[in-house]
Amino acid sequence: MADEVKLPADAFEPLDKSKHLDSEKISAPNLTFMQDAWRRLKKNKGAIIAMTLLIIFFVMAFGSAFISPHNPNAVNPQYANLPPKWPGVGINGFNGTLVQAGSRVDAYKAAGAASSVHYWLGTDYLGRDLLSRILYGTRISLTVAVVATLVDLLFGVTFGLFSGWKGGRIDNFMQRIIEIIMSIPTLVVVVLLILVLKPGMMSITIAIAFSSWTTMARLIRAQTLELKEQEYVLAAKTLGESSIKIAFKHLLPNLSSIIIIQTMFTIPSAIFFEAFLSYVGIGISSPKASLGTLLNDGQKNFQFLPYQMWYPAIVLSIIMIAFNVFADGLRDAFDPQSKG
Amino acid sequence: MESNENILEVNHLKINFNTYAGTVKAIRDVSFNLKKGETLAIVGESGSGKTVTTRSIMGLLAANSEVAGGDIQFHGKDILKMSQKELEQLRGAQIAQIFQDPMTSLDPTMRIGRQIAEPLMVHKGMKKDKAMAQALEMMKLVGITDAEQRINDYPHQFSGGMRQRIVIAIALINYPEILIADEPTTALDVTIQAQILDLMRELQNKISTSIIFITHDLGVVAGMADRVAVMYAGKIVEYGTVDEIFYNPKHPYTWGLLSSMPTLDTNGEELPSIPGTPPDLLDPPAGDAFAARNAYALKIDTEQEPPFFKVSDTHYAATWLLHPDAPKVTPPEQILERQEQFAKMQKDLAQQGHHVEEEEEKQ
Amino acid sequence: MAKYLIKRIFYLLLTLFIVITVTFFMMKLLPGTPLTNQQKLSPAQQHLILKQYGLTKPVWQQYLIYVAGVFHGNFGTSFQFSDQPVSYLISSRIGPSLLLGAQAMILGVIPGILVGALGAIKKNTWVDSTTTIVSILGISIPSFVLAVLLQYYIGLKLGWLPIADWGGFAYTILPTIALAASPFADTARFIRTEMVDVLNSDYIELAKAKGLSKWGVIYHHALRNSLIPVVTIIGPLAVNIMTGSMVIENIFSVPGIGEQFVKSILTNDYPTIMAVTIVYSLMLMVVLLITDIVYGIIDPRIRITNTSK
Repeated sequence: MADEVKLPADAFEPLDKSKHLDSEKISAPNLTFMQDAWRRLKKNKGAIIAMTLLIIFFVMAFGSAFISPHNPNAVNPQYANLPPKWPGVGINGFNGTLVQAGSRVDAYKAAGAASSVHYWLGTDYLGRDLLSRILYGTRISLTVAVVATLVDLLFGVTFGLFSGWKGGRIDNFMQRIIEIIMSIPTLVVVVLLILVLKPGMMSITIAIAFSSWTTMARLIRAQTLELKEQEYVLAAKTLGESSIKIAFKHLLPNLSSIIIIQTMFTIPSAIFFEAFLSYVGIGISSPKASLGTLLNDGQKNFQFLPYQMWYPAIVLSIIMIAFNVFADGLRDAFDPQSKG
Repeated sequence: MESNENILEVNHLKINFNTYAGTVKAIRDVSFNLKKGETLAIVGESGSGKTVTTRSIMGLLAANSEVAGGDIQFHGKDILKMSQKELEQLRGAQIAQIFQDPMTSLDPTMRIGRQIAEPLMVHKGMKKDKAMAQALEMMKLVGITDAEQRINDYPHQFSGGMRQRIVIAIALINYPEILIADEPTTALDVTIQAQILDLMRELQNKISTSIIFITHDLGVVAGMADRVAVMYAGKIVEYGTVDEIFYNPKHPYTWGLLSSMPTLDTNGEELPSIPGTPPDLLDPPAGDAFAARNAYALKIDTEQEPPFFKVSDTHYAATWLLHPDAPKVTPPEQILERQEQFAKMQKDLAQQGHHVEEEEEKQ
Repeated sequence: MAKYLIKRIFYLLLTLFIVITVTFFMMKLLPGTPLTNQQKLSPAQQHLILKQYGLTKPVWQQYLIYVAGVFHGNFGTSFQFSDQPVSYLISSRIGPSLLLGAQAMILGVIPGILVGALGAIKKNTWVDSTTTIVSILGISIPSFVLAVLLQYYIGLKLGWLPIADWGGFAYTILPTIALAASPFADTARFIRTEMVDVLNSDYIELAKAKGLSKWGVIYHHALRNSLIPVVTIIGPLAVNIMTGSMVIENIFSVPGIGEQFVKSILTNDYPTIMAVTIVYSLMLMVVLLITDIVYGIIDPRIRITNTSK
């Protein structure tokens, strides 16, 4: 069989391997953990769309602090409750008309507005531009949520790291504290705190942060307990590195994916709490607006002027969906099990 | 017990995996056969394709895999072409498998008696009482003490060795024709390992099943197998009887494996190891995949894949060193010793055989 | 087991005591008395009213009286409805809340399990995508938005169900749906993750190697193993429902404690706020205790560790 194949004369020379072969050749691209996670995230279309939407919402909400179609707080009773009107669009719902007592009337004409007056998303009961109010409200909602999440992160991570790293009795005691806090419904804690601190942006932020750090602390603690037993941490300990140094050099980098994912899930729940409290009436108060207060205002007139609730509701829902989808995508991207 | 009847034939099997980085050629033209009642050991490093081979025999390939060629003949049918239904009837009845890690391969929330009885209920339509009675018998057979009391226990109440006995009981309850044991002792303590191997040998005699024994540990093979196939980078590089592989190996990779195995003679010396790592199967090298790690590599190894050269009727090796034009190389000392021992064994055997033939002639 | 129970109940009482203490002193920090809602009164009249509420005594005495009262089911008198004991206010309102909560739990968890399991079994198909989208919507759309939409479109426009108020099963349907949406989505997501994990496990591989059919594997092995951990999320779901009930009951004018709580907050009715806080915490703690016990009973691994302790 093989013997019959004509082979070149020098075929059986011993091989000079230094010239030819690299046994360690790896054909798959060499990716760091973050690159690999990014590659997987990019493949997830939903997560990328969600991320883009979030960027757009953030830019618009925070950009509106500088450029806003109208002043969100400018009251204009003459133009109260005007429906949305888009220049040059004749479709009902976008042409400034609404149904009153069974017949469709042009609300802009009735209010005596010039033909050049347009409110893209209409106005509220005080004649404030709804689009500007929504941008403004989104900014407040996002600020509260992000700041609350950062505080929660700082507190939760520190608490969890400390508890897990120290172990023993200290850990036991710290876990009891968490258990007690967790056996009170979150919202009740938030409400009590807000009552004590007086309703307002600051107190709502603190209250949300205070009530949501326990989840983060528990996650971090569990992970720290595991990491603590890893050889490289033991090695660092044996070599006499200080606990603080170990925490920053060895623990935090390995906890980063959990922290990022948990943060992404905390933000939407903070947004929800803020909206909830403002909706109930103990959150942000007028003239400040948040998505929750806008919903509350809009709901009063929902039967006649549904757009006043629909638009804030849509914006709130899209932000929540985008955060949740993005967080899901991040979790899948960071989780090596779903590799492939 | 052994016969020459092939119970399973794997022919030119090629399996690819589609991954983000490209197609991984996990199995690259593998052929072997399994005879009735024998134990075939497939030996190789992790990633050499042992497990993929067995999964394809069970019809349990991962979703991103693709059979690129070849067939697996079992009772005149190609397993690779079977429907889901046919495969389900095959699995756990005619072909059963023991997995590597007994700590995770039992359902933590089902009583073990039920888990052992399940294949009977699935394949033979047996009623629960009867199946449980047989499960109890099987538990005694695999050496679970106090079987009557323990039949309603949960897996976590057993030690690792006991759990592997339970896994074996599950695999054997239907008296399968083929038992695939995928590193069945790797996760166990050494003493427990020996017990499990003894048990497998004992049971093989009792219920006459053929075993495909997957391992990376040649030490385990010696006492278990009748024949050995050595796999490297998705290919079989050498196969033969257990004596041929252990005492007359021809492939430099087999030399490396054997030299890195401790024997009774090794005392205190450092064991040699094979330098380097297996090639990346995303882009297997041209020629012999082992060339880069092979101290005896020839120029042709980088150009052309070696075919199988026949050493004896039962022994083949895929290395250019066996080509008549190849330079004579001296294998490592340890291998030379083994080969000497083998030559002596052959001589003894030949004389015995001579006697037998003479006696036969006389009759 | 008995030892474990006693220990747990001891912790429950301890936690309850801490909750009572913390809420009591937090409320003391707040300005405002029963007089806030009254018209101008003479100092003598004011003193009389404060005395009636027991607010003239030193704070530590008030605290002891309050704690003793709570353990006898006496939460003081409402500031808002000055003739009503808070305990009456709560006991008369807890029924509708418990009914809605239980209905929402059932309506959330059972379909959630089905949808989540379906998503995991049909992983990476359109079925999975659809169930994922539905559960993301359930988590993302705030319950009060959903409630208003349901009320308007199904109650008012279509006229199929009562818009608000309380009086029979039909009145519970819309609030139950609004309350159940989020627990439904949570359960579906939880079960999907859990089941995907289970389906990747070695014992499922072994079950397949036994020759069980796809659905046999799912029914006999995957389902049970992924259902057991659901018990652990019942507590968080209960919190979820309690939170939702405050605003849902408000929207649908259900005479429950959630609605009462919001009213009390807006009117600074501190005795009622404290009482509702304590009742909510107690309910949550009882739910957590029950789920832990149930988990121990249905998961054989935990059952053993408990008895051996």
